[in-house]
Amino acid sequence: MTVERIVSETKDPFPVGMRVLAVDDDPTCLLLLETLLRRCQYHVTTTSQAITALKMLRENKNMFDLVISDVHMPDMDGFKLLELVGLEMDLPVIMLSANGDTKLVMKGITHGACDYLLKPVRIEELKNIWQHVVRRKKFDRKDRNNSDSKDKPHADSGEAAGIGKADNNVKINKKRKDQNEDEDEDLDENGHDNDDPSAQKKPRVVWSVELHRKFVAAVNQLGIEKAVPKKILELMNVEKLTRENVASHLQALILTFSALSYYDPKVIRMLTVIFCFQKFRLYLKRISCVANQQANMAAAVGTADSSYLRMGSLNGLGNFHAFAGTDQLHNAAFRSFPPSGVLGRLNTPAGLGIRGLPSPGTIQLGHAQNSGHSSNDQSKLQSLVPGNHNTNILQGMPMSLELDQLQNNKGVTHIGELPTANSTAVFPVSGSLIDSRIAGFSNNSLGVTSNSLMLEGSSQQATLHASNLRDGVSSIGFQNVNTLSDFASIDPLSSQLRDSKADLQGQAAPINCNAGPMIRSVPQEWNAPYQSHLMSCSVNSSIPVNGAMVQLDQCLDRNNSIFHRTMDSDSIGPLNFVDPLSIEHSEGLNSAAMKPPVIEKEGYLMYQPRPHGNHIPDNIGSLEDLASAMMKQDRDKGNPTNGNFGHNSYSHRTCI
Amino acid sequence: MDVVNQLQRQFIDNSASLHREGFLDDQFTQLQKLQDENSPDFVVEVASLFFEDCEKLINNMSRALEQQQGVDFKQVDASVHQLKGSSSSIGAVRVKNICVAFRSFCEAQNREGCLRCLQQVTHEYSLLKNKLQTLFRLEKQILAAGGSIPGVE
Repeated sequence: MTVERIVSETKDPFPVGMRVLAVDDDPTCLLLLETLLRRCQYHVTTTSQAITALKMLRENKNMFDLVISDVHMPDMDGFKLLELVGLEMDLPVIMLSANGDTKLVMKGITHGACDYLLKPVRIEELKNIWQHVVRRKKFDRKDRNNSDSKDKPHADSGEAAGIGKADNNVKINKKRKDQNEDEDEDLDENGHDNDDPSAQKKPRVVWSVELHRKFVAAVNQLGIEKAVPKKILELMNVEKLTRENVASHLQALILTFSALSYYDPKVIRMLTVIFCFQKFRLYLKRISCVANQQANMAAAVGTADSSYLRMGSLNGLGNFHAFAGTDQLHNAAFRSFPPSGVLGRLNTPAGLGIRGLPSPGTIQLGHAQNSGHSSNDQSKLQSLVPGNHNTNILQGMPMSLELDQLQNNKGVTHIGELPTANSTAVFPVSGSLIDSRIAGFSNNSLGVTSNSLMLEGSSQQATLHASNLRDGVSSIGFQNVNTLSDFASIDPLSSQLRDSKADLQGQAAPINCNAGPMIRSVPQEWNAPYQSHLMSCSVNSSIPVNGAMVQLDQCLDRNNSIFHRTMDSDSIGPLNFVDPLSIEHSEGLNSAAMKPPVIEKEGYLMYQPRPHGNHIPDNIGSLEDLASAMMKQDRDKGNPTNGNFGHNSYSHRTCI
Repeated sequence: MDVVNQLQRQFIDNSASLHREGFLDDQFTQLQKLQDENSPDFVVEVASLFFEDCEKLINNMSRALEQQQGVDFKQVDASVHQLKGSSSSIGAVRVKNICVAFRSFCEAQNREGCLRCLQQVTHEYSLLKNKLQTLFRLEKQILAAGGSIPGVE
């Protein structure tokens, strides 16, 4: 046995040659650290700048085994670097500081540092740091496998339940199959040698908070223009996650954001946050024109990248910097969106590729189909993306193009406002989102995620009240949103919309506020933990949709108080997306609009609002609450057929 | 030979006094131990870096504290923090200790206190620099004369 050990040792010299990246802005300390590390026989690379370190790490994920970084650095906070490295590269990071305050050490640990050393560093301490590398490799993998397997079955059942409808089933099945295949491929590609039996399953991906956080960080890093599924997947570096998973998640977010951003950045953000959950995919799916989705899904996914790119350039959205951390989200996100930012955007007659969204999605709303809320229909989601009209949501392309024009021609400054902050991804305005009705969100419900939703920060509390949407602009009414008071009131929105009507003339496709229905119900299963992540999402999401907004705007203009009315009546559940389309077609829509999103409608209502009349209880403290509140509301209101969303009208709509 | 011995004795004396008077501590000895044929000038390099760093930080702090319109204590604190780190890395105990007091004054936003500390730091740093430079000179001379540095294996 001894012999064996020796043999194995000679084969693998580790920890000798362990590749360490040392970061410290103090040259004295850096030199000392380097020398000490070399003395331990590690392979050392040094840099005095955190930014350079990140760059090196990003260029080649496999270049280093361990990172040692000082806490106080001028170009970037050591903790931030720590977070990013942990998220993107999943490498062990050791913090180094002359300050041994318990608080700081605690901060380091909570941010994920695997150790915290005090200066001056002694060689004895450095001799042991290789343990962190081994530990991480071994246990992280196992943990990931375990959590995946744990989550996946759950997700699967959820999705299965949700799917419900026959036609959906087909899609779902197909999606599963695709996914499975993808996952298989993924495994093979990565050369995973999973002895974990759960790894053999091809469970759906559960977008846990952790996972979503990684996703957000990845998107942030890539920037809107480059945040394509493939790259995001690479950055996330999560085992068994497939490109399809990432793509569908991204699409879902885009959809949500597109629709949401129409109304108010904060709302969008919140919604984004909410929708960053697994569940919200169901909504998206339902909203989308299921019929064509399946077929287009692949295409959508495929074209997603280009759309993303387009959107990005249009909006000049930066990247998901805001996503970086919840803290950042709070600050950045909120600040970046001027309260009326959204409105501004609305004014631009975005040729928002709302077409992309399938109006069929909206149609779905009309159909009182009770689809299981819980279904995660990934397939649905997928289908959601592509518009009804055989367009993908990604075909935000048209939108993007139009947005461009809008921006240039109309000199819409609003658009510029968009993302100052966020820059999040280019989310092509997904027609579906836009199509969804955005009913008033009771503040409470929003409040659910208030903490996480940076909404708090915004000064312009936009309470999107239905009343604001005099012009039929759907608004998200937030009532008593504790924290969500930040939601900008829709008032400005509506007025802007009015003004921009002219601008929107060019707009074609009415924007189906598909998102509305989606948002209506927040799945109960959502957990509080998601909130923070959601925040990040929302921040980012709100951005792109200039186009979406524009269209929505148009729709809204035409529509009118229907939704508005809806909003007024408390019936509006937490997140009721006003469906402009439905508004357009008014009558029927009116009633529909009035009704809180029909949760039962296929695909739209996934969540059960709280049985609180149409309002979300004031104390929704979590997304779960919001979800349940919304769902309840929907149920209560339930007017399946009519449509809460003027399903009829949807038929004409072009999906965004 | 005599010259070498003499130099070596001087070296030992200087070294001892530096330690005795608290200018340097064990960390410096560790640094000396790290020096080997692969990095023969390691100690001198680190010390030079330290001196540069020190001067830069002292200048920063000085400028910050001179701001009539309002001292940015955060900035001063950041510099002190860094100085604390580098001084402890090289084993410059006295400098480090002053940094500790310095930081408290920063936190208390006590400009007078900070200025006093800055003065002390500057003073200590100069003393240390002189002594180390003497030591290094001796080292060079010993090596030039063919001798070996005492205390270093």
